[in-house]
Amino acid sequence: MRVSMDIELKDTPGQLLCALTPISELRGNLKSIVHHHEERTPRGTIPVQLVFEAEPDNLDAIIDKLKKNGIGISRVDEKRLIEEGAVILIGHIVHTDIQDTIDSIDRTGYAEVVDISLSMPHINTTSSASLKICAVGIKELHEAISILKNVAKKKDLLVVEPIRAEFS
Amino acid sequence: MKIIRASIIGFGSVGQGVAQVLLQKKEEIQKKGFDLKVVAVADSRSAAIDEKGLDLEKVLKSKKENGRVGPETLSGLEVIRNVEHEVVIETTPTDIETGGVGLDNMLTAFEKGMDVVTSNKGPLALKYGELAETARKNNAKFRFEATVGGAMPAINLIRDTIAGNSIISIEGVLNGTCNYILTRMMEEHASYEQMLAESQELGIAETDPTYDVEGIDAACKLVILANYVFGMKATYHDVDVKGITSITPEALSLAQSEGYVIKQIGEVKDGCIQTSPRLVPESHPLAVGGTLNVVSVQTDLAGTVTSTGRGAGSIETASAILSDIISIYRED
Ligand SMILES: NC(=O)c1ccc[n+]([C@@H]2O[C@H](COP(=O)([O-])OP(=O)(O)OC[C@H]3O[C@@H](n4cnc5c(N)ncnc54)[C@H](OP(=O)(O)O)[C@@H]3O)[C@@H](O)[C@H]2O)c1
Repeated sequence: MRVSMDIELKDTPGQLLCALTPISELRGNLKSIVHHHEERTPRGTIPVQLVFEAEPDNLDAIIDKLKKNGIGISRVDEKRLIEEGAVILIGHIVHTDIQDTIDSIDRTGYAEVVDISLSMPHINTTSSASLKICAVGIKELHEAISILKNVAKKKDLLVVEPIRAEFS
Repeated sequence: MKIIRASIIGFGSVGQGVAQVLLQKKEEIQKKGFDLKVVAVADSRSAAIDEKGLDLEKVLKSKKENGRVGPETLSGLEVIRNVEHEVVIETTPTDIETGGVGLDNMLTAFEKGMDVVTSNKGPLALKYGELAETARKNNAKFRFEATVGGAMPAINLIRDTIAGNSIISIEGVLNGTCNYILTRMMEEHASYEQMLAESQELGIAETDPTYDVEGIDAACKLVILANYVFGMKATYHDVDVKGITSITPEALSLAQSEGYVIKQIGEVKDGCIQTSPRLVPESHPLAVGGTLNVVSVQTDLAGTVTSTGRGAGSIETASAILSDIISIYRED
């Protein structure tokens, strides 16, 4: 998941390192640092914004270590589902239990169907739907689409997925 | 000047296109340092033979007027066996069940040490390994640009233009009929059946469109690419194939509102070959319209290289055959 965090550093040398080491030690992947050198908080500390990716299970440990290192944390924002992809389904989508189709993705815990548009021109003809799927990472998004393809196969639905280049 | 003697085996749309192009491009060919002399032409029932070189104008006229290329009754295979020449231009019908006469024609030519230039996918989609090996053993050249996407450079792009690159993957739109139908369904918000009928009326789709719309034709082209580029030993049975027959106009509209078009995309990557309808971002290079074909090659040095062009047509396919012939015999 992607975490964005506002932290406060004391105005002494070596503080930034104290903030970054816990993240890398717990296999976090730093995406950006905004270091406001001239700014000061009312507490006289230097505000820094961090964005990093980390395993959800490791976030609490990272926060503990930061606190132990004397780093102030003023805000933590987690964005769990950071990758988004669209797929189109064609077939008897409603008759084959659309809820079950959606559940097959939601059940994974790492991906969710966040949006669905259904187009049914006539009763008894094939319908079409576009599904928006969000996932915690690119690998998980692929995984979710292949689960969907398996379910679709059993229900005789066609899945039209994005070309590979879309994901890289 | 060096004289190269050729036969044209199969004298339908492509074979006749080759004859026209050879007539039209006589001087251009000479500028490349050789003269091409067609000494035999064969169709399914007749043959025309002249060791001094046939008058192609006359052969075209004869085919048009009485359905035969000439007075002889030799088969194409007999022509290859008995008439002295250097290159066989093989344009008989594609047969993906057995390889058809094309397979015998090509193997026989190679065994006699003759070069082969072809537009016929069948033999390559079934027996590429055997063909390439027989050609190699007999020191014969084998060129088949026209089998993959007609005039669109694909095979020769990879062999010559970006030589030295490692190819990571290939994807593309390899069937003009599917592309036309999907493009028109989107434009007109019309059903698959309506637009299939339109393309049959325009001569874009055949009376029996199965090979095209079920993805079989694209699968054969992918197999040829996979075997040639990645040294795979695939046949078209190894391809995961889904066609376009169940695509609805509603699906195309839904895709459009997400910024996508739906294209029949073929892909070779990590040893897997598949073709199916896919979502392509509207502004992506693979989102070509009409009957166009396109192929995108992912390489280690050059990044992604994309080539697009007309995937079928008599003269267009003859263009690919001409460029293959020139690439074998040029001396400039
Ligand atoms: N058309 C295209 O745009 C295109 C593009 C790329 C590749 N190709 C491939 O190119 C090949 C030719 O296509 P086409 O459109 O020209 O097909 P076509 O119009 O059906 O012509 C086939 C020709 O082969 C002849 N033939 C059939 N059996 C034969 C035999 N046993 N010996 C000698 N000749 C024989 C036919 O004879 P008759 O005239 O006596 O019937 C005809 O002249 C096919 O393999 C096709 O898949 C075509």
